[in-house]
Amino acid sequence: MRGLEHRGLRKAEGPIVIAARTESAGFGELVSVRDRSGVMRTGRVVDVSDTAVAIQLFADNTGISLDGVGIEYLGRPLELRVGPDLLGRVFDGLGRPTDGYPEIVSSDLRDVNGRPINPAARVYPRDFIQTGVSAIDGMNTLIRGQKLPIFSGNGLPHNRLAAQIVRQARVLNQGDKFAVVFAGMGIKYDVARFFVDSFERSGVLARVVMFLSLADSPSIERLLTPRSALTAAEYLAFDLGMHVLVVMTDMTNYCEALREVSAARGEVPSRKGYPGYLYSDLAELYERAGRIEGSNGSITQIPILSMPNDDISHPIPDLTGYITEGQIVLERELFQKGIYPPVAGLPSLSRLMKDGIGEGMTREDHKDLSSQLFAAYARVKSIRNLVAIIGEEELSKLDKQYLRFGERFEAEFMTQDEFDDRGIDRTLELGWKCLSWLPRDELLRISPALIAKYLPGGSLP
Amino acid sequence: MITGYITRVSGPVVTAGGLGGAGLYDVVEVGEARLIGEIIRMDHVGAVIQVYEENTGMRPGEPVVSLGRPLSVDLGPGLLGSIYDGIQRPLVQLKAASGSFLAPGVKGEALDRARTWRFVPVLRSGDPVEPGTLVGLVKETELVEHRILAPPLTQPGRATRVSPEGDYILDEIVAETDSGARIGLSHDWPVRRPRPCRKRLPPDEPLITGLRVIDVLFPISKGGCAAVPGGFGTGKTMTQHAIAKWCDADIIVYVGCGERGNEMTDVLTDFPKLVDPRTGRSLMERTVLIANTSNMPVAAREVSIYTGITVAEYYRDMGYDVAVMADSTSRWAEALRELSGRLEEMPAEEGFPAYLPTRLAEFYERGGRVQTLRGNPGSVSIIGAVSPPGGDFSEPVTQHTKRFIRCFWALDRDLANARHYPAISWIDSYSEYSDELRDWWDGVDADWRDVRTRAFELLKREQRLEQIVRLIGPDALPDEQRLVLISADMIKNGFLQQNSFDEVDKFCVPAKQVLLLRCIMEFHRRAEAAIKAGAPLPRIVGLPIRERLARLKSIVPNDNLDEIRAAEKEIISSFDELSRQYRKEEAR
Ligand SMILES: Nc1ncnc2c1ncn2[C@@H]1O[C@H](COP(=O)(O)OP(=O)(O)OP(=O)(O)O)[C@@H](O)[C@H]1O
Ligand SMILES: [Mg+2]
Repeated sequence: MRGLEHRGLRKAEGPIVIAARTESAGFGELVSVRDRSGVMRTGRVVDVSDTAVAIQLFADNTGISLDGVGIEYLGRPLELRVGPDLLGRVFDGLGRPTDGYPEIVSSDLRDVNGRPINPAARVYPRDFIQTGVSAIDGMNTLIRGQKLPIFSGNGLPHNRLAAQIVRQARVLNQGDKFAVVFAGMGIKYDVARFFVDSFERSGVLARVVMFLSLADSPSIERLLTPRSALTAAEYLAFDLGMHVLVVMTDMTNYCEALREVSAARGEVPSRKGYPGYLYSDLAELYERAGRIEGSNGSITQIPILSMPNDDISHPIPDLTGYITEGQIVLERELFQKGIYPPVAGLPSLSRLMKDGIGEGMTREDHKDLSSQLFAAYARVKSIRNLVAIIGEEELSKLDKQYLRFGERFEAEFMTQDEFDDRGIDRTLELGWKCLSWLPRDELLRISPALIAKYLPGGSLP
Repeated sequence: MITGYITRVSGPVVTAGGLGGAGLYDVVEVGEARLIGEIIRMDHVGAVIQVYEENTGMRPGEPVVSLGRPLSVDLGPGLLGSIYDGIQRPLVQLKAASGSFLAPGVKGEALDRARTWRFVPVLRSGDPVEPGTLVGLVKETELVEHRILAPPLTQPGRATRVSPEGDYILDEIVAETDSGARIGLSHDWPVRRPRPCRKRLPPDEPLITGLRVIDVLFPISKGGCAAVPGGFGTGKTMTQHAIAKWCDADIIVYVGCGERGNEMTDVLTDFPKLVDPRTGRSLMERTVLIANTSNMPVAAREVSIYTGITVAEYYRDMGYDVAVMADSTSRWAEALRELSGRLEEMPAEEGFPAYLPTRLAEFYERGGRVQTLRGNPGSVSIIGAVSPPGGDFSEPVTQHTKRFIRCFWALDRDLANARHYPAISWIDSYSEYSDELRDWWDGVDADWRDVRTRAFELLKREQRLEQIVRLIGPDALPDEQRLVLISADMIKNGFLQQNSFDEVDKFCVPAKQVLLLRCIMEFHRRAEAAIKAGAPLPRIVGLPIRERLARLKSIVPNDNLDEIRAAEKEIISSFDELSRQYRKEEAR
């Protein structure tokens, strides 16, 4: 009950503390824990029986003693106060302002855990978002309402790419209301600063809401950061009808916090010590993207995660890929060649692309063209493996043509400046230009009519 | 009704006291919010319940009421075209009740109990009635005639009254017997209990999927079970969508089990607009959707598979061929794992409970072609997606699934990366049904078996040669072997690869399937002979017919195959012309 404080704990172990049950505590509800020096912490009921309550703290547990602790059951889950004034503000993971200004004025409180969208109430996402990045627009098109993560690695330019997308993203022919929600989990101050500066320079800062739980805040707080952020996003999108772009970084830090709690609870681990419910837990976040009936707004998610050891089969990227609608994979080899953005040609994928491109949306040749570029680039990759063994001289004429294509593709199509905002026509044009290095009868994925219309004249025999 | 009280809440697993008189697997209403749950264990601590709805805020001391019956599905007209969650709550009605977001505790009737259906009796007063007896007909959709049968547990007897033709609501009794049976238009069936049949029949008729790589190389029978394993983004869902759209089953049950919300929305918006090529009607008229997406409660995800298969068996009993898509069985297994963990059971491999293989076996056993209680054939085919962690097929769910299915469509990461779809590997996949289906295919084309065998051999030879090529490059091979690489490429591009978004090629009738492959194999045979006779390979590669063959699949419509036959003739004339020219040059 609010205002009633109970004394004492039975056990304290990592982020989990156990108290005797003294009043009816509800599963999942919020708890205030005050230690002997009066410091308040927030926690959540994770297990409750008629004799005991297990509480998970969202803060570190230094100074928690068994006797000196006071516990107050708040009788509600963690909630976020929402209102139009969210825009332009900065909060911590629990939704408390950290920008020096007071809490926003609103009596509208939302449970940060959200609720699942009824699949029958979703609207299938179809609107093309032009990011101005050829590797994305041409090959892995982003759609409004999609969840498309960036799989990256330490030292790769995922932040620059995310910032470029935020700067340039717009939906063709529509100047709509938009907002950006940024969730930073366990990232360094510098990274947060980089995004703030970048938002500021592109003049969108007043339309950004930030939820930051930086590397020096308690790791457990990261479990709530994306939930608070997505609650704000849902409000902006579905109550106010805005198109909201949510950037969440770094999901790997989030998952590690989850592992920490799971280990403290003594749960049976699944792969690499992560709990068996990592998939469901991530899905609770990622599935909060989309569009729903009765609202013009949308939530587009760009989660960023760093793959431990660049290993895409690690549980975090793996389970993310199983939930999201594709992935943009950054490749170290391309980065080392000096290519920006180093978007890996083959493992990257946008699943919603198929319904958002083509005639009336981007251009009639987009589907065939991208399919052909993928197929040809896959061939380039396997020829390069061959070259490593037998050398380039031994290659057939056709294989050499493919290598040539591969070079042009990487240099002209994929490579672009961080501030180069390419239109979709320009992107497609570059794609055709690269294909003109291949013999015409290799272009089996493209219909002859489109070849005749778009392939630049100088196609080699 | 027995009422107890909650003693512990640990996520979706709740313990309750005072329920000693309730039965195992009884449905219970849990807490003040009356959330649906099921008793899954009874022991010294009380009844252990899994709760099918989100239960934040639930506390010890709240009441639990047992409804005294097992968790069941409501079966009757009105299932087709509907979308349900894992425990058969109607999602469209829930939307009306609680808006775009699912709220716990919202109730809805699975079948519309107020709606009337036109019932046409078949049974007459005085006729014998036993389980499976046809009572009458209801036109459920333009496409599907719903056969009202005496339910499986009906006491045999004689009909004492049968209602005349007319409009009835589901709860009205349309037939009564002297044995006390009262038969309405709908009945319940416990989800976890297979519906009985008379006997099993051999699966010797193919389920035509319209996907060439499946139908020709790795076919599935009506009543067969197949697994589609593959890492993320390799095409499991697309394959299942394609099959659900174009296969020649009468009824489709599509279970979205722990997968994406948008994929269900895709089906929901796409299917009503798509026209069944065989009947000219909307595909939604033959489809039932069960959607328990990844963010919906995990316990209901565990049940969703059973809800789906029970609906499928119900239509099978009417004599229909039903195909069940389960996407993804791995998410179902993970739900089992999560619940098992909460129950503090001893884990076996990778944290999965030791009974995982038993549960998988029970599920796939519910597929099959049978003689129904009524006496006619019906079938349930099961196509289950498997999502192995890291795409590694050696993990427990893939391995155990392999023991209970006979068709394995292995999706290959490299093929998917090269956007070769469907990315079904012709090396790692297999089907044990091909022998049973031989007679059927012989009826389509007498050459079928020969063409298929030669295509398989060619693909296998190519795979061996590829290993050599990776070391020495293709140019070092003799022409005859390089031709193998070229012809195999033609099979891949012109036959195996089939884009689901291609207007013409999205599905392919059996006759076209065989013709396409026959042409490519004919090209290969001719080319081989030409090389033996000394023709240079580049001349063969340069023949225009080669590109034409690769494009035929997306040019030639399913209902007019003349152009493929013309191409077959062109192959012959091209090679004749080639050898004429070549001989002329040689003579000079
Ligand atoms: N037959 C096909 N034709 C065209 N495109 C396809 C085909 N199969 C797969 N794709 C492409 O691959 C993408 C991923 O396919 P799909 O969603 O079926 O993967 P999945 O195996 O179900 O992945 P997950 O396990 O993550 O659900 C699709 O969005 C589509 O772009
Ligand atoms: Mg899928």
